[in-house]
Order: sequence, then C-alpha cells, then structure tokens
Amino acid sequence: MLLIRCPYCEEERPELEFRNAGEAHIARSANMAGESDDDFEKFFFIRSNPKGIIYERWRHMHGCARFFNAVRDTVTDRFVMTYKAGEPKPSKLPGVGK
Amino acid sequence: MSGASHRISGAGRFSQAKTARFSFDGQSYAGIEGDTLASALLANGVHLVGRSFKYHRPRGILSAGAEEPNALVEIRRDAARKTPNVRATVQELYDGLEAQSQNRWPSLSFDVGAVNDIASPMFSAGFYYKTFMWPKAAWKSLYEPKIRAAAGLGVSPDQPDPDHYSSRYAHCDVLVLGGGAAGIAAALAAAETGVRVILADEQAEFGGSLRFESGAKIDGQDGFAWAQAAVAKLTAMDNVRVLPRTTAFGYYAQNFVGLVERVSDHLKAPGHDLARERLWQVRAKRVVLASGAIERHMVFADNDRPGIMLAGAARTYLNHYGVAVGRNVGVYTANDSAYAAAIDLKKAGVNVAAIVDLRDNPTGPVIDEARALGIEVNFGRAVIRAGGKLRVSSMTVQPKNGGGERTIPVDAILMSAGWTPSVHLFSQSRGKVAFNDETKRFVPGTYAQDCVSVGACNGTDGLSATVDEAYAAGAKAARDAGAKTAKGTKPKVDASESWSRGMLGAAPGAGPDTTVKAFVDFQNDVTAKDIRQAVHEGMRSIEHVKRFTTNGMATDQGKTSNMHGLAIAAEMLGKPIPEVGLTTFRAPYTPVTFGAIVSHARGPLFDPTRKTAIHPWAEAQGAVFEDVGQWKRAWYFPKAGEDMHAAVDRECVAVRKTAGLFDASTLGKIEVVGPDAAKFMELLYTNPWEKLEPGRCRYGIMLREDGFIYDDGVVGRLAPDRFHVTTTTGGAPRVMNHMEDYLQTEFPHLNVWLTSITEQWAVIAVQGPKSRDIIAPLVEGIDMSDEALPHMSVREGKICGVPTRLFRMSFTGERGFEVNVPADYGQAVWEALWAEGQKHGAAAYGTEAMHVLRAEKGYIIVGQDTDGTVTPNDAGLDWAVGKKKTDFVGIRGMARPDLVAKGRKQLVGLKTKDPKVVLEEGAQIVEDPKQAIPMKMIGHVTSSYWSENCGRSIALALVAGGRDRIGETLYVPMPNGVIEVEVTGMVFFDETGGRLNG
Repeated sequence: MLLIRCPYCEEERPELEFRNAGEAHIARSANMAGESDDDFEKFFFIRSNPKGIIYERWRHMHGCARFFNAVRDTVTDRFVMTYKAGEPKPSKLPGVGK
Repeated sequence: MSGASHRISGAGRFSQAKTARFSFDGQSYAGIEGDTLASALLANGVHLVGRSFKYHRPRGILSAGAEEPNALVEIRRDAARKTPNVRATVQELYDGLEAQSQNRWPSLSFDVGAVNDIASPMFSAGFYYKTFMWPKAAWKSLYEPKIRAAAGLGVSPDQPDPDHYSSRYAHCDVLVLGGGAAGIAAALAAAETGVRVILADEQAEFGGSLRFESGAKIDGQDGFAWAQAAVAKLTAMDNVRVLPRTTAFGYYAQNFVGLVERVSDHLKAPGHDLARERLWQVRAKRVVLASGAIERHMVFADNDRPGIMLAGAARTYLNHYGVAVGRNVGVYTANDSAYAAAIDLKKAGVNVAAIVDLRDNPTGPVIDEARALGIEVNFGRAVIRAGGKLRVSSMTVQPKNGGGERTIPVDAILMSAGWTPSVHLFSQSRGKVAFNDETKRFVPGTYAQDCVSVGACNGTDGLSATVDEAYAAGAKAARDAGAKTAKGTKPKVDASESWSRGMLGAAPGAGPDTTVKAFVDFQNDVTAKDIRQAVHEGMRSIEHVKRFTTNGMATDQGKTSNMHGLAIAAEMLGKPIPEVGLTTFRAPYTPVTFGAIVSHARGPLFDPTRKTAIHPWAEAQGAVFEDVGQWKRAWYFPKAGEDMHAAVDRECVAVRKTAGLFDASTLGKIEVVGPDAAKFMELLYTNPWEKLEPGRCRYGIMLREDGFIYDDGVVGRLAPDRFHVTTTTGGAPRVMNHMEDYLQTEFPHLNVWLTSITEQWAVIAVQGPKSRDIIAPLVEGIDMSDEALPHMSVREGKICGVPTRLFRMSFTGERGFEVNVPADYGQAVWEALWAEGQKHGAAAYGTEAMHVLRAEKGYIIVGQDTDGTVTPNDAGLDWAVGKKKTDFVGIRGMARPDLVAKGRKQLVGLKTKDPKVVLEEGAQIVEDPKQAIPMKMIGHVTSSYWSENCGRSIALALVAGGRDRIGETLYVPMPNGVIEVEVTGMVFFDETGGRLNG
C-alpha cells in the first residue's frame, strides 16, 4: 500500500484514504459552450497515459476531503511530490534527473 | 518420551516432552510435544505420506520446513475444520491430531491413479495443450470436467469456516524477517538502540539453521541455546515485538509487509477466544531480510522415492527432534553440508552406507572427519538410480563419466546439491537479483526499497561472517530509522560451519540422452526431460518454459526446483544462466488462507448496512426489504395472506384513493450554502436557479461533462443563499464528490459550502388526496392552503413539536408532501402521521409501489430508465434545460454531433396489445418480428409493471426515434413468443396532472 502525502494535512497517509481523480492540469474552458468539437475532444477524451512521470489529481477522501495534485512515476508507482490544487505544474521535480 | 521406533535416545531437544497421540490415515501413532507432524511420522518410521499430483507416485517427506513440496496432508479437527494441503513439515503436533493423506484412491499404498505413472509417456509437458484440442465441443462437456475432477491435491472444505481470524496494523522502525542467527543478530543490534523492532520467524522456535548446525557456538554456548537466550532477551524488551509462527508472505510498496501469524493451529483445543490466524500489516521504516537459504535436491532417476530427502532436513530431524530418518542411509551430494549430516547421524549410531560425491577431489575438515569415522566416501561418482517403490531400498552408483554400476542397499538417501539464497521477499520488494558467476547463485543486486539482506539470503557464507554482517546491518537500519545511541555488544561466534558451492541442473545419469524420471519439481511432477522437451518444442524464455512445464508453479512456488529448472533450460539453450533469467517471485511466499485475509469482513460485517430511522417500525409491520446500495429499504408491506403482487396493488390503489406513507429517508440530501450558492447551482445543474424564489422547488437535472444525465432530484430554495438538494439514493456519494470536485478545482472562486445531510434528515412522503388532511393537524407555523403552499414549494416550521422542512412535492402524481424531520425524531413523527393516516384509511407503501406509481406518471428513475448514455432530450426532459444559460457542466458535451443526431434512442411508453401481459425489463424491441436472426434491435424496455390503477400493464422503453413512433406497433420477441406493443407517450395516468392539486 502506497503512502501519499496530503499537501493540506501535511502528512503521509496510507493510500486507502485517497481516491485517484484522473489526470491533472486539464483546464476547463471559460467559454465551454463555444469550444470546437476538436477542442472538446482534446479536453474530455484525450489523456497522456505516460510511461514515467504523470501529473494527476487525487482526493483525500477519508481525510480532509480536499482535491490536490500529485506527481507519480507510473513505472515505480512512487509519488515524487504532491501540491495543492490550483498551484502551477512544477517545473523541477525533486530527485528526478533533467 | 515415546517408544517410537526411530527416536534416538539422548538426541533432540524435546527429551522431557510429553507424549502426543495422533493418527495418520486412521492409524494411531505416538509423537511428542514439540514435534511437527513430519518428525512424528518419521519417528515412527513412516516416510510414505502422499501421492504425487500427476503421476500419483508415492511420495515421502523431502524437507523440514516451509519449502516442502511432497508431504501435503489434510488436517481434520471436526466436520467443518478440514484443512487440505497442510505441509506436514510445518504443522506442529498436538495430542489428538488427525491427518489424512491426499490424492490417492482407494489407499495410499495402493492407488489406482498410479496407472498415470505407467502411462506417463502420454502425460509429458504440454500434454493438455496438445491432446484435448479436438473435437472442439468435447472440451466443455467432457475434457474440462474430467481434467478439473482429476486436478488438485486436497479436497476443499464443504462447510463454512467456523473459526475466526484477526487483523492488526503495526508500525515499527526496523522489521526483521527471519529469526535465524542473522535475524537475531540484526534484531539485537537494532533493539539495543531503543528503536521499535519487530522480529518474525515462520517456525515455532527461533534459530533457523542453528536447529541443526551442531558445530555452531556463539558467546560460548551451543548455537541454538544462544538463539533461545537472545530471543528471550528481545522478548523482554519494551521496544521489541517477537512473533514466532509468523510468515512474511508479501512485501509491498514503501516497506509495507504482510505477515500471517498462526495463532492456534498448533493447539489441542484452541477454544473460540483465540483467533486461528492473525494478519499483520506492518509499515516499517527499515526492513532487514534474513530469510536464509533453501537446500536443493539432486536431480537423478527416481529421486522422489519416499526416504530420499534433503541432507539438512535429515540433520534437523536428528539434532532438533531426535529422529533418525533411517537405519542405513546413503548420502548423495555435490556440496560439503551433506557430510555434516552424515557425521551427525553416524555419531548417533546410524549406519551410513556410503557418501557419493559428484565432485572429483574435494578436500576439507568435514571430509576428513567423515573418513575418520569410517564412512565410505566416493568421489567423482553419481547416483544414477534409486531402487524401491513405497520406500527407497537402494542406490545405484556409477562413475560420473560412465563405467561399472554398483547397487548399495539403503533405507534413506540424504541429498544436497547446494543452497539457494531465499531472495523471494527481496524480489517481491521489486529489487533486482544479480547472478554471482563464481558461486552460481542469484543474490540481491539492486535495491528498490529501504531494506537490506543479511546472511544466507544475501549469499553470505559462514556463521561468523553472517553474524558480523547482520549485526552491522541491524545497527545501521536503526540509525537510518532515527536511532541515536547504541550500547550493545556484538555476539561472538566461537565455532562455525562453512560449506562450499554445489551444483545446478541434472546430475549425470539424468542427462539429455536418457528417458528417466529425474524430478525437478516434485509438487507438479516436472522432470528434467520435461524441461528439455519444452526447449525442444520452441520455448526460449524461462517464463514460457515455466508455463509449458508448470515448473515452479505449484503452491511451493519452486522453492527447491526453480534453479535446477533454469540450469537445465540454460544448458539446452546453450546460454549462460543470467541470460535465460529467473522467473519473478510473487506473493504469497507460502499459501495464505482466505480467512486471514478476509478476517472479520464476512457475513454481516462484509459491508456496512444502512438503515433508516423508520426501519424498526417497518420491520415490526412485517415489511419485506430490498437492498438499494448499502441501504435496506421497505419493498412492500404484505398483510396476512397477501403475496407481493396483491400487496403492491393494494398499496398503489390506496395512495390514489386516500393516501400513502412512504419512507424516503434514503434519498441523498446535500445542502448548498453560501453567497454564490445559486451561481454554483447554475453551473452544476441544467436548470436556471437564479430566479427561483426562496420557498419554491424545482426538479433539477445534473449532467456529466459529456452531456449525459448523471443524477436528478427536487431542489428546494430555503433562502437566497441556501438550497436543499435531493439526489437519487444510490447517487448521493458520487454527486457529492462531483460537486466538491467542481467547487474545489474548477470554480474555486465561488463562495459556497457543501454539506451532506442525508443521514441528518428522515423523510416521510405523504402522498394522495388525503395527504394534507393527515399532515395539517400536526403542523405548526405553516399555512397549508394551496395558495400559501402550492405544488413545488417548501416551508420551514414544526411538526409534532419538532423542526421540519416541509416540501409540497409529488413523485406519485397525487397531491403530496415530503416531511423532513431530524433523523432522531423520524420514527416518532412517522408514528404520529401513521396514527393520523389510519383515520383516513392510508396505507404504508414500499419501494415497489413507489416505482409503479411514478411509472404511471412517466417520472424517470436515473440509473433504471437512463444508463449513462441518455441526454435530457432523449429522456424527454428538454424543458428542464435552461435555454438562455451560457455555461453548465455538460453544456458542450450535450451539443456533440452524435448527441443531437436524428434517430437517437428516446424514452417512450409502451402498451402491450394484450393488457394483461407484463413485459420483462431489459427485453429487446424490434420493428419486424419476421426478420432473420440476428434481428435488428431498436431499443429495450427500461421499466415495466402491472398497474392496478390503470387496469393494465405499463412500460417505459428506450426506442430509436421513439417520439416519432408514437402510435406505431413494435414487437418484443421472447422465448415463448412475440409480444405486440404500441408506442405511447410516457404518462399513463392523469395526463393533465390535475390530481397534483386534487
């Protein structure tokens, strides 16, 4: 069972307390009704599914109930870092080369 | 002490122990307390304990530990407590133990299935894949049932497990897995710093190989005695938890380790206070792996005869249990450690017929000592065959490069091909093993987690080096986990045994030029020939060889066989071993019971059961309940002599004639509060909310971003900044999650609070022409007139003296109310309303009548009439979508080309031509019943009931282009004939809706 650090509780807690909520940093358009079919397709259906570093949303369901963002390595399953919802995508990751 | 035939007086550690009687296959024997079932059987001269999996060959006891592939028996306590496939080498003896052999009929010594051994050329590797291909139809009817009946060893218990199991979480700084010399030394070093330590070992007693290593001396004591003293010291420390009989079976992410503790399987009468097993889920800052090594057997012809066993096991039986495994034993080895076994047995008075050593000219003190004791030692020779059937009777020896044979009579053969480091847990931790070319061993290479391997499992040879390494690693693990001080002393190894190498693969006489049965994997009956055949037939990867031959795939997971199998495959492929690669070790290390994993989560504790405040009243009335998610809901309230049909008809008629009371407490309820509450509602629902006046209600539809209906419910605006939202019963948690998601991440600028109030409010629906008459006398502070409280409005006041949110709304089409009261008052208010209702002839109705009544009015149920691919337009709910709105969740998805295309499935009503026929929900609908099969299906029935109020059956259906088909005749083909239906509108009763105010 993984340990995940909730950036709001500032604690590492077991995976059981959390729910994954899909890929992060996919912004909903401010002009949703005006989106083209192609843009809506990209927004709603297309996901990156990387081998390696993924940016994703988690919710501390059985804790503070907040949504937050996490950087996880899909190869090792290791959480690289977590950060609060609304914070920008980190440009530098701790312990990751390049 | 018992007078068992093979117990050696003065040997073993249980000389003062009490006798324990036990039975095996109905025959009674005497053992002693401290024995395993295996040692007790051997003490009585019993080697034949089972039949093999495929060939039904007689099998004996191979090992003295968890790696045992052969000695699998059934242990019976009573009719319900029958445990199959218990390793006799692990099962501790208790007085009265009953064991049965497996996989034989009619008896262990005469087994009809042994014909498979004679017919074995038929059953070579890949036999099933190749033989049962044709005819195709026979697979299902003939082959599979026969193969399944013949497969497997033990028989599953046929009654529910009466035992209970417990489960604990634990945290520690240093978790030490394995309690031999290495584990104990590491635990001592860590514990002395004061950090929290857990030490676990699978055996009843700590000591590991010190149980048999008679040459070990530590701190001036015999090795085993030192281990007991050290563990006693650890047990007495407050910061240490010592767990014997505890197997670490799985190593998971971030030092999360699963252990199972056998709490009472070794006790004569455990009683019900004790759990049978306890699951430990441990999170450790550092893990020290001290899992030791497992001895390999020699691969030669008929090496599976009972009486042939691992040399280290024979030594354990002698030095720990005081049992001689034979009176005239032969030894076959490629490694020094078997000499030590021969020496110990010889000293105990057992005749050692000969040592056969495959090596050409080994030298060393053990060899000299064996010779000095007068044991015949043969170098450069191989045992090419074992004689005997139910018990080994001889070994045939030949120079390894060919030459004259010599047959030596023996009653046991002790064998050792060397020791395989137990890297199972390390491998499970995702560490990568590395092959040491010099010692021909896979040892821990690259670590993936915060753990360290010490001792034999790390490829460290010799007790002295092991203790040094383990003590240092234990101290470092403690420091890494935060320890500051260390004040202990390292144990001093005074005398130690040291063994060199061994061999991998088939021994001479079992090479590619032979057809003998030289077993590699005893439990799955895989021979050296099978592995060669797999390579011959084109398997190149060790993963394919493994699956084709099933080598290493039995419950012992190839603890003794993997390395031999790999070496034989590598030789055939002409590749070095590391290039062929080791198969991945997976959890569990040894089999784990379902009981331990399930623990208390069974029966009523399997899943939470949610009951409403009114549940006890419904139960007392004899309601029949149905499960809706985790909720128990009253389904219908049968009166004496009524079946479900009669009860539901009566309830439906009562609601429309007078009134009905319905427990709607399970409906999801969410309070949306804040200055931006209306703005938030505008974004989450299709409907407009800004202009809804406080005190009024509206039916709301929630979509997902893709434009499909996600949930629905009536929403009341209590104040400009306060909405009381209702959701479907099953949808409440996901609707709350959906709302929170958008509020926290997409619309965080909105000042809104969301609170689940499902459990806080009990809801009593009072529906029917007399509903107001029933409620009004109990209400204070609310004007109940139609003018003051019209349909779709909400007021706060009091009922029966307690606060209420009183909704005027209807899910039946009748004048109706939903009385919300704090849940604690739910049943009292219900009873008061019930008493009032009795004056008017009201009935209690359940969820079935609720379904019928709403279907009569064409009100949909999300999840029944919709399935996640239905838009508001499809459901005929376009009126609920705010046309002037510029944004809400789903606004864009709803406009996708396919969602606005013609011919989509739309919700319509169906009336059967024969009004008495009730359609089946889920039945498919076609245009032309005479078309060829497969027919073109244009829709399906979503809801279907007998409506007593309409005097006929009614149904809702999703039909392609449905609304344009109203008046058309369609067909529902069923097994007993085709049903003719007419497409209608969705409202079957009171089309004008006049009864809402009736």
